[in-house]
Amino acid sequence: MSVLAISDLHVSVETDQGVKKILKGVDLTVNEGEIHAIMGPNGSGKSTLAYTIAGHPKYHVEGGSVTLDGREMLDLSVDERARAGLFLAMQYPVEIPGVSVSNFLRTAKTALDGEAPPLRAWIKEIRESMTSLRMDKTFAERNVNEGFSGGEKKRHEILQLELLKPRFAILDETDSGLDVDALKIVSEGINRAKANTGLGLLLITHYTRILRYIRPDFVHVFVDGRVAEEGGPELADRLENEGYDRFLADASIA
Amino acid sequence: MSAPAGTVALDEATPSSTPGAVTGGSEPAQHGSKAHSDGGWSLIPVQTRSERFTSADPGAFAAVTGFEPAWKYSPVAKLRPLIDGELDGSAIEHTLEKSDEITVEWIGRADARVASAGLPEEKASANAWSSFDQALAITVSGEEAQSLTLARSMLGGAPRAAHTVITAAKHSSATITFLNTGSARLSENVEIVLEDGAQLTVVSIQQWADDAIHLASHFARIGRDARLKHIIVSLDGAIIRLNTSVHLDSEGGDVELYGAYFVSAAQHIEQQVFVDHVAANTKSRVTYKGALQGRDARSVWVGDVLIRQTAAGTDSYEQNRNLLLTEGARADSIPNLEIETGDIAGAGHASASGRFDDEQLFYLQARGISEQEARRLVVRGFLAEIVQKIGATELESRLAEAIEGALVHEGALK
Ligand SMILES: Nc1ncnc2c1ncn2[C@@H]1O[C@H](COP(=O)(O)OP(=O)(O)OP(=O)(O)O)[C@@H](O)[C@H]1O
Ligand SMILES: [Mg+2]
Repeated sequence: MSVLAISDLHVSVETDQGVKKILKGVDLTVNEGEIHAIMGPNGSGKSTLAYTIAGHPKYHVEGGSVTLDGREMLDLSVDERARAGLFLAMQYPVEIPGVSVSNFLRTAKTALDGEAPPLRAWIKEIRESMTSLRMDKTFAERNVNEGFSGGEKKRHEILQLELLKPRFAILDETDSGLDVDALKIVSEGINRAKANTGLGLLLITHYTRILRYIRPDFVHVFVDGRVAEEGGPELADRLENEGYDRFLADASIA
Repeated sequence: MSAPAGTVALDEATPSSTPGAVTGGSEPAQHGSKAHSDGGWSLIPVQTRSERFTSADPGAFAAVTGFEPAWKYSPVAKLRPLIDGELDGSAIEHTLEKSDEITVEWIGRADARVASAGLPEEKASANAWSSFDQALAITVSGEEAQSLTLARSMLGGAPRAAHTVITAAKHSSATITFLNTGSARLSENVEIVLEDGAQLTVVSIQQWADDAIHLASHFARIGRDARLKHIIVSLDGAIIRLNTSVHLDSEGGDVELYGAYFVSAAQHIEQQVFVDHVAANTKSRVTYKGALQGRDARSVWVGDVLIRQTAAGTDSYEQNRNLLLTEGARADSIPNLEIETGDIAGAGHASASGRFDDEQLFYLQARGISEQEARRLVVRGFLAEIVQKIGATELESRLAEAIEGALVHEGALK
C-alpha cells in the first residue's frame, strides 16, 4: 500500500520584509485510498503546504520531510515528483498562451508514462472525461486556461486528475468559486478518479459543502502553519457551526 | 536616451543588473482616456516618422553615420555595402507556384505601378530603388481567392537589389507568400497596393543561410474598405531588417501587421513599423512577438503610429512582446504613438520584454513535463499566436518545426 508521509515540515518564504516562516512543523500521513480534508482560516499556510509538496521554487524547506513510499520527495525536481505520482490541482491554474489543451494533455501523459499514449484510446478517454465533466469538446483546441472562467479552470484541473492518474493528489480549493451544479460535477469527477485508481486525496477547503459530496476519512484543522486538531468527518460539521475562533485565540496566545 | 511621455523605451538606458536582462515594460495604455498637460492629444515622439525625408535617389540622403533615428539600432558597419555600395540590379531568380488570376511580369521603372505605394525613407532603400533593372509586378484580379508562393534561394554573396510591386485589384482576394532561403546580401523594396475592397494577405518568411544579410522596406497603400494582413516571420540570417510602412488614406481601410521572430546567438533582427492613419474610420492592429536566445542575440522593434487630424474614428492598437530565454540576449522595444485628433475610437500600445514566466513552467512541470520540454512548449506557444494567423496549415506546421529546430539547435535552454 502506498503512503504519503509529511513529517515535521518547516517552510519559509522570502518577502520584502525578510524571511517569513509559514509552516511550523506539519505532520500528516495519507494512505492510498484515504481522503483527508484540510480546513483552516485564510493565510494559515494551506496553499504553502500544497505548493511545497509539489516543489514550487518560491517555498524554502527549512526542515522535515515528505516521503512517498519511503522515497524523499523534497530532493526531487517538480517534474520528477509528478512522475513519482504526485498531483496538485491549483487554486489559481496558470494560462499558457499558444499551447492547446490537447497538446498539453498529450505531452503530460507522454512525460508521465515515458511513451506516447495509443492515439485512439487516448482520444476516446479524453472525450469521455470531458463529457462527464460537462466540458464542451471545443476546449480541447483552446489554449490552456486562456480565457477559461473560474469554474472551467477547475474542471480542467479535474480532467487532468482523471487522465493523468496520480497516486496522490492535493486539491487546493478546487471547490471555491463553483456554483452548486459545477460543484456536483467536479465532486463526481474526483470520486470517479478515486474509484478508478484508488488514489489518496488531500482536499484543501474552506467550506463543508464539498464534503457532502466527497466524504473525508479524516479532517485536519490548520492554524498558523501547523495542524491544530484532527478528527473524523464530524469535526468538519463542528467547524461549520463554530468557525475557527477557538483555534485563533489559542494561536494568538502562543 | 530620454523617452517622452506616452512612449515606452526599453533600450540602453534601461537599468539592468544582469547582462541582457532587458526586462520590464508597460501595461496597455489607452490614450483616448488620458488627459495631457498641453490640453491636446498630441504626444510628440522622439522623431516623427512621418516627417522623415523620402526620396528614390540615394544621393539625396546625407551619408549614414549610424546616429540617425532610422539607423541607430542597426549594425551599420556591416551594412555599408548595401547602404553605399554598388548593387547588382539584375533579375533575381525565383520559383513560382500560383493560381490563375494572378499575373507575374517584369516591368520597367517607368511603369505607373512603380512608386505607387511609397518612397524610400533611408539610404539603403533608395540605393536599391535606384539600382534595380526591372521590377517584378504581381497583380491579383478576379474575386475568387487566389494564392502565390514565390521562393527565392541562393541569391549569392554579392550585394544585390530587388523591387517588387504587388497590386490587388478592386475586390480581389489573395495570399502572397515569400519564402526566403539560402545565402543572400540583399536590399529590396516591396510595394503593396490594395485597391478598393481588396483583401490581401502577404507573408514573408526569412529562413536564410546563417551569414545572409537582408534589408527590406515594405510600403503599403490601402484602398477604401480594403484589408491587408501582413505577416513576417524571421528565423534565420545574420542580419534581417524588415521595415513596413502602411498608409491608410482611404476610408474604412484595415490593416493587421504581425511579426514573429526567433533570434539566436549573434543574430540581429530588426523591424521598424509605421502606420499612418490618414483617412477616417481606419483600423490598425500591430502585434510583434519575439524570442531571443544566446550571446548577442539582438532584436529591435520600433512601432510608430500616427493618427492624423483627418483620421477621425481611428481604431488602433500596437504591441510588441519579447521573451528573453538566456543571458546575453537583448531586445529593444520602442512604441511611439502620435495622435492629432481627439475624435478616435481607440488607440493604445503595449511593450514588454521579460524572461520565462516561472508560474507557467511550474504548472507544466507539475504535470510531469521536464523543464526543457516545458520551456520549449512555452516558446512555441508564445510565437504560435502569430504563426497561426497565416491560416495555411502546412506552412504553419513547417514554421512550428523550424522554431522547434532553432530551440534544439541552440541546445540547453537555460
Ligand atoms: N511570496 C510570499 N510573500 C509574502 N508572503 C507570503 C508569500 N507566500 C505566502 N505568503 C504568506 O504566507 C501565509 C500563508 O499563505 P497561504 O497561501 O499558504 O495561505 P492559505 O492557507 O492557503 O490561505 P487561503 O485560505 O487564503 O488560500 C500568508 O500570510 C501569506 O501572505
Ligand atoms: Mg490558499
